[in-house]
Amino acid sequence: MSEENRKIAFICSKGNLDMAYPALIMGWAALGNGVDVTLFFTFWGLDMITKKRVNKLEIAPVANTSFKFSLMGLPTGNLGIPNIMGIIPGMTAFASWFMKMKMKKLEVPPVSEYLEMLHDAGAKIYGCKMTVDMFGLKDKDFLPVVDDVVTASDFIDMTEGAQIIFI
Amino acid sequence: MSVLDNLHFNEEGFLINPTQWTKEIAVELAKGEGIAELTADHWKIIEFCRANAETTGAAPTLRQITKGTGLSTKDLFALYPKGPAKKVAKISGLGKPEGCV
Repeated sequence: MSEENRKIAFICSKGNLDMAYPALIMGWAALGNGVDVTLFFTFWGLDMITKKRVNKLEIAPVANTSFKFSLMGLPTGNLGIPNIMGIIPGMTAFASWFMKMKMKKLEVPPVSEYLEMLHDAGAKIYGCKMTVDMFGLKDKDFLPVVDDVVTASDFIDMTEGAQIIFI
Repeated sequence: MSVLDNLHFNEEGFLINPTQWTKEIAVELAKGEGIAELTADHWKIIEFCRANAETTGAAPTLRQITKGTGLSTKDLFALYPKGPAKKVAKISGLGKPEGCV
């Protein structure tokens, strides 16, 4: 090896459906371009690698200022969906269904399948020890793509020279 | 003399005119990408990319390749290590894939 390969590491700290995708999309693009990828899941981001949660990630319309009626294809410009509508039972489920449908149309795979693709392509996938302990999660709770549960210090060691992106 | 003489490539190394592509050119381009020999599975991918580009006008994305050829992600990254997205498109004489997945 003449020179060190470029490395990118993503710290995934969010469990919302919309915040699950940035690291997956960027990580996949990086692998496709020959860059080494490490994914570190902490706090709510652990939902992305937890068997019980990964297929139930949601996006809530409440307090999301980007939720406009125009998202549904209506010619309403910047007119927002009122928060009071967002609190109606079923609205979060509806918004999540809507986003998943949009993603499917673009042939974007679900989060669990995306993680498998990344892992098969050589990405390293880790859970954060402190938050895993805090949430009382065990190895059996995680998807098989998870390589290990490591400490923050381990993560810092293993990402020497990497560009780190916090999401 | 090489089959690559008289061909034009852009600054990223992609063949500018995909219609000039031949299998002999692919073999030479593969060597340049560190792939000494193209096996039947390598060709399966290249042929899928060529056919896909003919209908869509663009090089397919990695996921379209695995879906279209039936090869796994692991196979694809083993056949074209260290950056299959660009490597496959280059060897197939196509431009950079335009999709993200």
